[in-house]
Amino acid sequence: MNPEIKSHFPILNQEVNGHPLVYLDSAATSQKPTPVIAALKEYYEFDNSNVHRGVHTLGNRATEKYEGAREKVQQFINASSTQEIVFLRGTTTAINLVAQSYGRANVEEGDEIVITYMEHHSNIIPWQQLAKERGAVLKYIELEEDGTISLENVRAAITDRTKIVSMVYVSNVLGTMNPVKEVAKIAHEHGAVMMVDGAQAAPHLKIDVQDLDCDFFAFSGHKMVGPTGIGVLYGKKHLLEAMEPVEFGGEMIDFVGLYDSTWKELPWKFEGGTPIIAGAVGLAAAIDFLQEIGLDEIEKHEHHMAALAMDKMGAIEGLEIYGPKDPAKRAGIVTFNLKEVHPHDVATVLDMSGIAVRAGHHCAQPLMKWLDVTATARASFYLYNDESDIDRLVEGLRSAKEYFSDVF
Amino acid sequence: MSFNNLDQLYRQVIMDHYKTPRNKGALEEDSVNIEMNNPTCGDRIQLTLQVEDGIVKDAKFDGEGCSISMASASMMTQAVKGKDVDTALKLSGIFSDMMLGKEYDDSVDLGDIEALQGVSKFPARIKCATLAWKAMEKGVHEEEKS
Repeated sequence: MNPEIKSHFPILNQEVNGHPLVYLDSAATSQKPTPVIAALKEYYEFDNSNVHRGVHTLGNRATEKYEGAREKVQQFINASSTQEIVFLRGTTTAINLVAQSYGRANVEEGDEIVITYMEHHSNIIPWQQLAKERGAVLKYIELEEDGTISLENVRAAITDRTKIVSMVYVSNVLGTMNPVKEVAKIAHEHGAVMMVDGAQAAPHLKIDVQDLDCDFFAFSGHKMVGPTGIGVLYGKKHLLEAMEPVEFGGEMIDFVGLYDSTWKELPWKFEGGTPIIAGAVGLAAAIDFLQEIGLDEIEKHEHHMAALAMDKMGAIEGLEIYGPKDPAKRAGIVTFNLKEVHPHDVATVLDMSGIAVRAGHHCAQPLMKWLDVTATARASFYLYNDESDIDRLVEGLRSAKEYFSDVF
Repeated sequence: MSFNNLDQLYRQVIMDHYKTPRNKGALEEDSVNIEMNNPTCGDRIQLTLQVEDGIVKDAKFDGEGCSISMASASMMTQAVKGKDVDTALKLSGIFSDMMLGKEYDDSVDLGDIEALQGVSKFPARIKCATLAWKAMEKGVHEEEKS
């Protein structure tokens, strides 16, 4: 990976608590490069206007940029049409839309919704709510001991009563990369649809929704060097077409009568209200940035970082790493605990050394229960991290261990 | 690496409470039983109080969490035990002011609690320290209502 990449991220060039910042919390949100910040600034300084209305020039420019971003996203995930790309607030909103629209229309009493133990809360609770409302059964696919998913367990969980299978592509805790393509095939054999939570995948892997043959795919801009507040729901056209909107108001309507209204065509019927225009513009700039480097290159870099981090962190006595031991099976996420030191305390000591990691349950309480821990610390790597960041982390962890063995 | 700033947070007395918590466990005869979580980080406290005639006769806690949250729970139970409810709530108010870095009433002897003052310099950790106190306040209010 080109060492100059870091210089494109102005935020990384600062000291935190007297030390150069090492940012290892990209799985929570990524930092933003200069071209993305510049695209937002330019949009607000020159083009800002509402879209799809009015005849003035700014309105046209804003509309072109917004719809141009949609084309960019379509190519980025290889969807067959821009009609399959819905701009929403983020992955959470996208999954909720599918649960409330597709789910309510298609899931009946006694039907099954299948998810896994490694889901983020945003891919659990929308299904819990749907299952409760419809009298459906929410089923969890068991994990293997190393935190991976076996197709055998997938086959055991999915039946002819299954209507929806929803699974994370890359786990935000274990870093596991799941065989979503194979799972989609099994789901389809039983007549179920397959939803993929791609929040941790889109920033790091080349996504091809046609190759995966998933029915829905959701991801967020802010985890892939784009702005917060913009996300994408991809859905197969025939499914989206049959679905009712869940948000009603301006922008999404065709004709409004006193007692009845009709909706715009895809994808706008799902984009009620003034859309997230600047967010989409920023997301397009983020995609350009990532593609210039190359998603394959980014994925390779992350495997390398994960392998190196696991190797060096693993050498610290009393440090336990969760998830697959084989770095080839995981993305650049390393979740761990230091024996006898609570992850909050680890994170505070690291913060005092200028190193940002996440500590807590990572919005995955069922997974924490499965791991039999109440909380963990997590270091997540992205394209701007390099080997020196791992060295700083390891040094910080050793100091944390030493510090707490002294005070104990 | 030296961590002078950390020493303000992890004072000896805090680590002592963390290592050997006072009043750990659950009361067999409780009048108040409160469970409270810190949803963002997974800290959990189960607080049992025995309140009689407006006095906190006994207090115990159980739970899981970081050094700050568990030490604070230990100190809280120690501080409120034997006090009347108004005093316990007053202490909670003083503690809250202390955490927010406000001027606080120092006419009351705070004992070990004073050691937690350094937490106010670590904004991300304030909620760890206040969890047990919030549980106590909630418990006392519920008791008053019943």
